[in-house]
Amino acid sequence: MKSIEELMALRDAAKAKMTARDDSTEITRIVVGMATCGIAAGARPVMNSFVEEIAKRNLSNVTVAQTGCIGMCQYEPIVEVLEPGKEKVTYVNMTAEKAAKVVVDHIVNGNPVTEYTVGAVAK
Amino acid sequence: MRELSLNVLDIAQNSIAANANLVNVEAIESTALHKLTLRIADNGKGMTQEQLDAVRDPFFTTRTTRKVGLGIPLFKMAAEMTGGTLEIESEVGKGTTVTAVFKTDNVDFTPLGDMTSTIVTLITMNTHIDFVYNFIKDEHEFSLDTRKLKEILGDVSLSEPSIALWLTEYINENTNV
Repeated sequence: MKSIEELMALRDAAKAKMTARDDSTEITRIVVGMATCGIAAGARPVMNSFVEEIAKRNLSNVTVAQTGCIGMCQYEPIVEVLEPGKEKVTYVNMTAEKAAKVVVDHIVNGNPVTEYTVGAVAK
Repeated sequence: MRELSLNVLDIAQNSIAANANLVNVEAIESTALHKLTLRIADNGKGMTQEQLDAVRDPFFTTRTTRKVGLGIPLFKMAAEMTGGTLEIESEVGKGTTVTAVFKTDNVDFTPLGDMTSTIVTLITMNTHIDFVYNFIKDEHEFSLDTRKLKEILGDVSLSEPSIALWLTEYINENTNV
C-alpha cells in the first residue's frame, strides 16, 4: 500500500534533486494540448506517458504542462517541446507509445522524431 | 468521449478557466440504485443568468478563437442518453456546480473509466489550484485534499513526476473497489 510516509520520503528525494537542479537553469518544457478536442482525441494518456517516462528516467530538467486548444483540432493530441535556445518542435496525432519514443529520442538523446512532427504529417 | 472521466477532466478545465482556486470533484455510485452522480463544484467567477441559459447550447462559448463549445453539451448528452440529468447552478462571484446523474443499468451508459488519471492530471497540471476528490461507491468512501498533501510536501511540487506517480497509485489503491 502507498502510504503518507512514502510520500514524505519522495518529498525528501525531490528536495535533494531540486538543489541539484538549481545549478542549471536549462529547463525543457513539454506542453500537451488539453482542451475538449485534445482530451477527446486521447491527450490524457499521452500526458501520463510523458510524466511516467520522465519519472522513470529520473530526468530533472524537464517539466510537463498543459495548455488549451492549440488550434489544429484535427491533429490532436498535439504536443509541443520547448528546449531553451532551440526551435519549438510540434508533434501531432500523439499516442502514449509515441510519447515514450519522444522522451528517449528527443529529450534524452536530442534527436527530434521527425516522422511525428506537424511538418511531416500536415502536407 | 470514450469514458465519463474524460468529460469530468474537460468540465473541470472550465473551473480552472473561471479562476477557481478550489475545485471539488465527486463521484458517487450506488450499485443497488444503479445510479452514478458526478459533480464538479468550483469557487470561480461563476456565470450570469444569461450565460447559464446559453451554456447548454453547443454554439455558445466564451472563447474568442472559434464559435463552438462542446464541453457541457457532450456531458449533458452522455447523462440524458442513460435517462439521467445534468444540472448547473452558478452565481457570479461565488462559483459554479455541475451535477450529472447517470443510470448505470442503461445500455447507453458510458463507463466512468480512469477517474484516477483525470484527478492526477488536474492536480499535477494545476498546482496553484486546490482539489478535493470524494469517491463514494456503496459503503466505500475515499477523500483526497491537495491542501493536506501540500502541507506535507512544503516547497516540493505536486507536479514532480515521482510525486505524480505516487499519487496515481495512492488513489488507485483506495478507489479500486
